[in-house]
Amino acid sequence: MSRKPAAKVVMPFGRDKKKKATPLGYVLFYVIIIAIWQAVWYVGTMVFDIWKPYAFPNPKGVFISLLQQSQGGDLLRAIGFSLERAAIGFAVAIVCGVILGLLIMNIGVLARYLKPMILGIQTLPSICWVPFAILWFGLTAQAIIFVVVMGSMFSIALSVESSVRNINPIYVKAARTMGASGKNLILHVIFPAALPNFIAGLRQGWSFGWRALMAGEVMSAAIGLGHSLVMGRDLADINQVMLIMIIIVIVGIVIDKFVFSLIEEKVLRKRGL
Amino acid sequence: MLEIINVSKVYDDNQKEALSNINLTIKEGSFTSIVGPSGSGKSTMLNMIAGLEYPTSGQILLDGEPVTGPGSDRVVMFQEAALFPWLSVIDNVKFGMRMAGVSKEEQERKAMYYLDMVHLGKYRDFAVHQLSGGMKQRVSLARSLTMDSKILLMDEPFSALDKQTTNILRDEVESIWEKTRKTVILITHSVEEALYLSDEIVVLSSSPGVVKDIFKVDFERPRQIDSPEFVRYRQDILHLVRSEVEKNVQETCS
Repeated sequence: MSRKPAAKVVMPFGRDKKKKATPLGYVLFYVIIIAIWQAVWYVGTMVFDIWKPYAFPNPKGVFISLLQQSQGGDLLRAIGFSLERAAIGFAVAIVCGVILGLLIMNIGVLARYLKPMILGIQTLPSICWVPFAILWFGLTAQAIIFVVVMGSMFSIALSVESSVRNINPIYVKAARTMGASGKNLILHVIFPAALPNFIAGLRQGWSFGWRALMAGEVMSAAIGLGHSLVMGRDLADINQVMLIMIIIVIVGIVIDKFVFSLIEEKVLRKRGL
Repeated sequence: MLEIINVSKVYDDNQKEALSNINLTIKEGSFTSIVGPSGSGKSTMLNMIAGLEYPTSGQILLDGEPVTGPGSDRVVMFQEAALFPWLSVIDNVKFGMRMAGVSKEEQERKAMYYLDMVHLGKYRDFAVHQLSGGMKQRVSLARSLTMDSKILLMDEPFSALDKQTTNILRDEVESIWEKTRKTVILITHSVEEALYLSDEIVVLSSSPGVVKDIFKVDFERPRQIDSPEFVRYRQDILHLVRSEVEKNVQETCS
């Protein structure tokens, strides 16, 4: 009566499927990548003179830029401000998105006429909200937060609706024959049943919000990662631009791994998914 | 007593008549099986008794009261155990009692009583995904029994299980039924399953589903598959079901 492991499916590509990434593997892999990068830079600028040395980023220059930016805590401050705005914007987006999603689910007119529009708005690149935000709020932090909210709330709203729609109907049927209805049905069946898909939706909403944040910050004068990126351009410092881009990627990975992956795993592992 | 009076069901989407003019009386404390080929509307019938679907015409009365929606007096055991994966085994068993506002101590006592009855007391704190298919169905049975429902509806509860597990579970269902004397309605496509368990077997024909025949099965329990009565009943019922299946095949092929 024990569970059999799922049959192995042999894929025609990707040989080392069984091997997992290790910390040492990561270090080695990226040391090699950086070494190749440095070599390309050296050959391209010093030997063949394809690029001007200041026009092509190199690992050493990025590292020096990291030291400069770290002095006096400039970089940390930029990360902190960006994360703060992202967090505020994301929190507002969750509240608005959930409310909007619930409205679409419960009001037929909205489901028929508003939902297609929201699907459309969701494809609008969030940078398109920036001029609107600046006209409304000026060059302020609120403008950036507004862009984050607009960037992520629609995808959250749609995920609320789809995660409820995709609940296995057998759970609702079983609960109803056991006398669950109304508030009890929503609280004890529909909510927990929709949770895994909803968390996946939040994760996607966060990644939209994070992108929107950068769009907003690049256009604004408030301190943050996006602003540091523009500063790098203004100073014609390609290494700083590269550094900030790498930082943006790393922060994105860290939040995804340490916030969403953990929550998702906690919910899913309990259910054996 | 459950009375099904002149019940017909037509589905809106394809205007197909799933059930036509069904009349059936199910006595309290009896074990009734409904067998029929696929497309005979047997699941529709169960859903209507459960209150999850509504008859297009006719009436279903439970102790004289019309059935108007789902309720804990007609609990259903589904084909896929329909346990909630976000709850532990014991919390799944308690679910219905929790909805009914039963006290915590009583929930615990009854849940353990029925979990022990299906021999899964040791698994109280397991997660649902750690159980095998047969164990899930037993938890589902325990959960249904805690509701003290008037009727237990079983929608092909064994059909996703292997033969061995089915046999064990079927014997358990029989002994529990003999202990509790609950009214049970079992939907199944297996004539043997029905013969092992039932007082009465209702054979439905296909498209539209009508009551083809009702067999009273009163030979001694526990029943043996090789006893002369068993063999005779099986032959009669299988013959009837088979003629229905063949009719169906001819219709769809012509």
